[in-house]
Amino acid sequence: MLRFIARRLLETIPVLLIIITATFFMIRFVPGGPFTAEKAVTPEILRNLEAHYGLNKPLYRQYLDYLGSLLHGDLGPSFKYPNRTVNEIIGDKLPVSLELGFISLAVALVLGLTLGVLAAIKRNTWIDYVCSSAAMIGICVPTFVLGPLLVLTFAIHFGWVNASGWYTPIDRVLPCLTLGCVYAAYVARLTRGGMLEVLNQDYIRTARAKGASETRVIFRHALRGGLLPVVSFLGPAIAGILTGSFVIETIFQIPGLGREFVNSAFNRDYTLVLGTVILYATLIIGLNLVVDVVQVWLNPKLKFE
Amino acid sequence: MPSLSPQSLPSAEVTPDQLEQGSSPWRDAWARLRKNRLAVAGGIVLLVLTALCVCGPWFSQTYQDQNLDLGAVGPSGAHWLGTDTLGRDLFARILYGGRISIMVGLVATFVALTIGVTYGAVAGFLGGKTDTVMMRIVDIMYALPFTIFVILLMVFMKEPSENLDAWLRNTVHLEGLQGFGNMLLLFAAIGAVEWLTMARIVRGQVLSIKRMEFIEAARSLGYGRRRIIFRHIIPNILGPIIVYSTLTVPAVMLLEAFLSFLGLGVQPPMSSWGALIKDGAEKMEEFWWLLVFPGSVFSLTLFSLNFLGDGLRDALDVRASKD
Repeated sequence: MLRFIARRLLETIPVLLIIITATFFMIRFVPGGPFTAEKAVTPEILRNLEAHYGLNKPLYRQYLDYLGSLLHGDLGPSFKYPNRTVNEIIGDKLPVSLELGFISLAVALVLGLTLGVLAAIKRNTWIDYVCSSAAMIGICVPTFVLGPLLVLTFAIHFGWVNASGWYTPIDRVLPCLTLGCVYAAYVARLTRGGMLEVLNQDYIRTARAKGASETRVIFRHALRGGLLPVVSFLGPAIAGILTGSFVIETIFQIPGLGREFVNSAFNRDYTLVLGTVILYATLIIGLNLVVDVVQVWLNPKLKFE
Repeated sequence: MPSLSPQSLPSAEVTPDQLEQGSSPWRDAWARLRKNRLAVAGGIVLLVLTALCVCGPWFSQTYQDQNLDLGAVGPSGAHWLGTDTLGRDLFARILYGGRISIMVGLVATFVALTIGVTYGAVAGFLGGKTDTVMMRIVDIMYALPFTIFVILLMVFMKEPSENLDAWLRNTVHLEGLQGFGNMLLLFAAIGAVEWLTMARIVRGQVLSIKRMEFIEAARSLGYGRRRIIFRHIIPNILGPIIVYSTLTVPAVMLLEAFLSFLGLGVQPPMSSWGALIKDGAEKMEEFWWLLVFPGSVFSLTLFSLNFLGDGLRDALDVRASKD
């Protein structure tokens, strides 16, 4: 197990390096710099600005400088927010996005597992049909339709919650529900499928024959095997929830890192874009690694593959 | 895909008229599909929607017609789904946006399909170290935050794509191709993301089929690798390819709408369902129909595609495994 983890960790180093390099050069090779959008500055000021941020050095020098400061955990100054570093901005905005992500993931798991298990044990009854249809609706109504519709209904029509903002706990309800619903739908479908496969197996019949109660059979025996497909879906789900927050934060005007990233790309804030991409890539790759480890731990057969 | 392998085809001893009554695997699949009501309904909805989107704008003149005096009004007899703030008929705009959305869905899926099938088939057929390396690359790419790269690509390539547009207009004199560079970029960006699953599935299928005797026969006839892959292997794994293409179309359309919603996808004056939803979400407080109708049409399309895809999977008997 330790060797497996060590090998995967080693693998992430070149992958991250490729991501950093690709993003760095992609941004630099495209016409238009961070200061071209502003109201016309004199060439002299432009030169001073570029000198201040080190943009007048040769490209390879800038790249090496960037890598060097990255090793110290320094993501550099922002080009668009004077006097602020990328580290500060990320430190400000990331907690908001993480909170949104974690609550949404919790919503997805709780809602999805409940619906999925219910649908599986009541197979081909109306309960199953209701749960399965709800899951299909969740998959086919995208977040950027569901979110505004929820706002229209609960904030504008009924006036129960605020349409936007991120101040009180009640402000968390709509965004997290919107983001969580899609993944709840996938989790429900995977759980149902996984449970149905497991419930047909001999060891479940054995457990029943030994007189284990139905609750015990489901929660102690079936769930562990039935959850395997859900665990392998967690990697893509986490990536999806992190990037899905771009849209959610735009709809609900949440001051998170997702909205900041899209804005920084529009503004060509080089260092902020780079910093955010590196952060997201590290987060997603790291969390995928955790998911893989959990998977092997739950299903030791995978160790040999 | 045992049902489509050559062994299950009628053998040579069958007389021609028996063969007439016999059933081919494709005909069996068609019969199974027809029994699945949801899939049939999905297919019909898709046909009707596509026909409306393709032909509708020919009969209505109102897509760009503005009536600024009218402004945004709710659904009425004259404008079935209401009008937007510029007094443009929403029904006509949904049909016109549908053309773009459906076209992006089909073309980008085709891009993903071409890359995925070729990559997966080559990896599976060559096997050994090449296969290990190629699939490890896919595994790694799976873990990457790809949406982020698509966003970056759409933002940073905007200017070059506009330059391409200007070049096409001024040098080649193709006036009709407004926003062509942007569309090209969209196809490339989405296609580059969505091929991974297809590559995995195709590789798995190729691995299981390449040990079969008819491949050995083709080899012993001295055919080259390219001919064996494209003429003998790929036609025999068409089932899974069709199923996953059908399921890729909604994923692609969703990504396009996601980008358009962020203002990165289809650019005005062109429109797509995603762009209409973005517009509607901004104005929904006063004009609910601008959000509700485009959103419903888009969701209905995704529903139909998913039901049709699931139905095809059951009908063609494709197992959902990824490896």
